[in-house]
Formats: sequence, structure tokens, C-alpha cells
Amino acid sequence: MIIELGHYLILSSMLFTIGVVGVFLNRKNVIIILMSLELILLSISINLVAFSAFLNDSVGQIFSLFILTVAAGEAAIGLAILVVYFRNVGNIEVDQINKMSG
Amino acid sequence: MFPAILFYIFSATIIFSALMVIFSKDPINSVLFLIFSFVNAAGIFLLAGAEFLALILVIVYVGAVAVLFLFVIMMLDFNIENIKKETKKFLPLGLFIGAILFLEISLMIYTPEIFSNEFKIIGKYQISNLSNTEILGNLIYTDYFLQFQLAGFILLVAMIGAIVLTLRHRDYVRRQNISNQINRDSKASIELVDIKLSDRGKNDN
Repeated sequence: MIIELGHYLILSSMLFTIGVVGVFLNRKNVIIILMSLELILLSISINLVAFSAFLNDSVGQIFSLFILTVAAGEAAIGLAILVVYFRNVGNIEVDQINKMSG
Repeated sequence: MFPAILFYIFSATIIFSALMVIFSKDPINSVLFLIFSFVNAAGIFLLAGAEFLALILVIVYVGAVAVLFLFVIMMLDFNIENIKKETKKFLPLGLFIGAILFLEISLMIYTPEIFSNEFKIIGKYQISNLSNTEILGNLIYTDYFLQFQLAGFILLVAMIGAIVLTLRHRDYVRRQNISNQINRDSKASIELVDIKLSDRGKNDN
């Protein structure tokens, strides 16, 4: 048994698919949608780290670090928008979120 | 052999907890499974030789992002029953799109050209006996310094944006107004009043 690049890529694609399906399944719950986005970004990170180990080039890990930064900022902004939405509407169902534009 | 077993354990746990993230009824359980999947992803990163990134993942996600999610979930008291009713309706569509997506990605991965030996580029940092953290530091602070600073700027923008979005001024809360305090002078705040003496004091003598 030897672990090669294909194993990492399969793991990453399964995680990506689970994240996309999670966005579809929890259309109303914004918190779970944000968590699914975190899962998608994690899968991309795994992909980059696997290629970085495979190609023996550390730049992939640096890129993964930047993805981590963007994911943290996105979670903070998304949750802040969610808190504002909850204050205005009273629930977190995103059906009527276009009312926020006015 | 042993790293392979570890890889399979970690990846099975990641997949299981990712499924539990999207299928569990309670958002608290979702956050806890998200933390669990990130911890296992840190294990995967360790197996791939990216130890700095693994520990950063634990610090950033388990320490910061997951706590942020937990705070928001506990702060907002929404009812889950209304939200969860819709899940069954979207299940066939979600599984269909997921199956197509996974099929496409698998077809893309199993292209034999990707696995040919031409892709095995030997990087320029392979010969050095530096640790992973030192290699990343050498790269970040030299070649990728602009990107590093831009990442810091992104975090600054995210911080300011989150503060601006969630800040609200209540009218009934009395706050300290520093410019008013500094601009006060003695004329505005002290008033000299001539007090008329009454006659009562004289009568006591």
C-alpha cells in the first residue's frame, strides 16, 4: 500500500462534492452554507498541499496559506452579514434576502 | 504501511464528518463535526509533509473560525424546525448535481497524462535540509512578500467590514463623547450665581 497523488485527489474531490451538495441541501440555512464553503476551501487546500508534496515545490503550501486567509475573512464577513440579517428580519432563512437591498 | 493506514483513517473520518456537517439536524453538531474534519485534515497535511500548514490549520480553524461559528449560532436564537423542512425537497437535485460533479472530477483525475512522469518537477528547495517552516518563511518573506502583505490587508478589510456591519448605536446608551469632553471650557460648564442671603441667619443670633 503506497499513498500517491491520486489518493489525495480522490479525497479532495469527494470533499469538494460534499461541499457543493451541502450548499444545495441546506438552501435555507446560511450557517450550514458557510460551513459547506469552508469544506470546499479545505478540499482545495488539500489539493494544493498534495501537489506541493508531489512536485516537491513549496509554493503550493504558500498558496494554501493564502486560501486559509481568505477563508477566515470570508467566514467573518459572512457571519457579520448573517447577524445583521437576523437583526432586521428575525430569522435566518435566506428566501427573502433580496429585501436587504433596499 | 503505517502512513497508508493513517491516511485511510484520516480520510474516512474527514468524509464521514463532512457528511455529518451537511446532514445533521442541529447547527451546533455541524460546527463540531466541521472542527473534527479540520483536525483530521491537519493530520492529512502532516502526512503530506506540510507540518506548518497543519498546525496553522488547527490554530486558525479550531481556534478562531469554529469559535466564531459557535458564537453566532448561540447568539441568534432561530428555530431549526422551519429550516429543516426544506432539506428533503432539495435532496434529489443535490445528489444529482453532486453525482455529475464527482463523475466529472474523477474523469479529469484519471487522465493518464496527469500521472506521467513529466509532471515530476524537482523543486529548488528539495536539496536543502531546512525544515518546512523555514522553507515557507524563506519563500514568504522574499518572493511572495507582496502577496503576504495583501493577505494581511485582506484580513484588515475583513475586520473593519465585520465591525462596521455589526456595530449599532442604541439611543438609550450614554457613551463617552471625547471631542465634547475636550472642547469643554470653564465658561460653558461653570456658572457663577449670586446667592441672596436670606434673613433667617440673622434671627438665630
